[in-house]
Amino acid sequence: MNAQEIIRSLEAEQMKSDLPVIHVGDTVRVGVKIREGDKERTQPYEGVVIAKRSAGVTQNITVRRVFQGVGVERVFLIHSPRIESVKVLRRGKVRRAKLFYLRQRTGKSARLKQRFDRAI
Amino acid sequence: MAVGILGTKLGMTQVFDEAGRAIPVTVIQAGPCPITQVKTKETDGYVALQFAYGDVKEKNLSKAEMGHLKKSESAPLRHLTECRLKDVSGYELGQALTVEQFESGQLVDVIGTSIGRGFAGYQKRHNFKRGPMAHGSKNHRLPGSTGAGTTPGRVFPGKRMAGQYGNEQVTVKKLTVVRVDSDRNLLLVKGAIPGKPGGLVKIVPAKLVGGK
Repeated sequence: MNAQEIIRSLEAEQMKSDLPVIHVGDTVRVGVKIREGDKERTQPYEGVVIAKRSAGVTQNITVRRVFQGVGVERVFLIHSPRIESVKVLRRGKVRRAKLFYLRQRTGKSARLKQRFDRAI
Repeated sequence: MAVGILGTKLGMTQVFDEAGRAIPVTVIQAGPCPITQVKTKETDGYVALQFAYGDVKEKNLSKAEMGHLKKSESAPLRHLTECRLKDVSGYELGQALTVEQFESGQLVDVIGTSIGRGFAGYQKRHNFKRGPMAHGSKNHRLPGSTGAGTTPGRVFPGKRMAGQYGNEQVTVKKLTVVRVDSDRNLLLVKGAIPGKPGGLVKIVPAKLVGGK
């Protein structure tokens, strides 16, 4: 085995197989595990995927939502054990790989059109 | 008690610990390294273990090197190195040092050769500031003043100047061993180590201040 194959096989042990196909522009709901004292619960976080980065076990997505008038962006390592689930709620129609222009938009212009040719 | 080992840097990735934290790790393929010479106080004046690593064709080694390796009945190997120890009893010629001597959580020092950048200028080698690129300036990547004038009349030793950068031995101290995979001779070490993937590295137990 060469170096790349060894590293990939190490990563494969930790990768999740049940993740949906996520595209930029999709609206997703991410279940994040939170520890409170010694109790563990799952907190949902919902928003638009505005960027995807890296591949393999290090793959992460940036999810943006506007909460009480303030834009919030969180980056999730989607193969992390702290992420319980990722669910695609809506497919968005976009023409860019990074939707950073949404940061400058508010209200109606910050919406994305839905596309129906990709199954959820 | 860990002695040390030679290995090849394979590259970096990340692993998740029990708490779900992502830990950046460097994957090193190390050993098995046969012991080629046991040095003792009586014969050599100091106590150390010499071991070898890196498969090579027999024709690429000199007769002297092959003769030395023959004493321990090891295969043709390219690199020889040694580690000084307090006591070498229990180690014998030809015995293989593997990654099993390390355990996860242990602190190690990693010695390697940094990426060579050739003859590098002031900005890359010493992080000097650049001059203005426009407005008629002709000072783009120059060093500025190198010292005073007639007194002292010379440039002081140690003045930072352009020159060879990288391709030198670098030791990164106190890295944590995250995982030991003895089936595939792999060591996962937290953090970055010198050199590019494919480079030769030496892993030794951490040398701590105070000799602990």
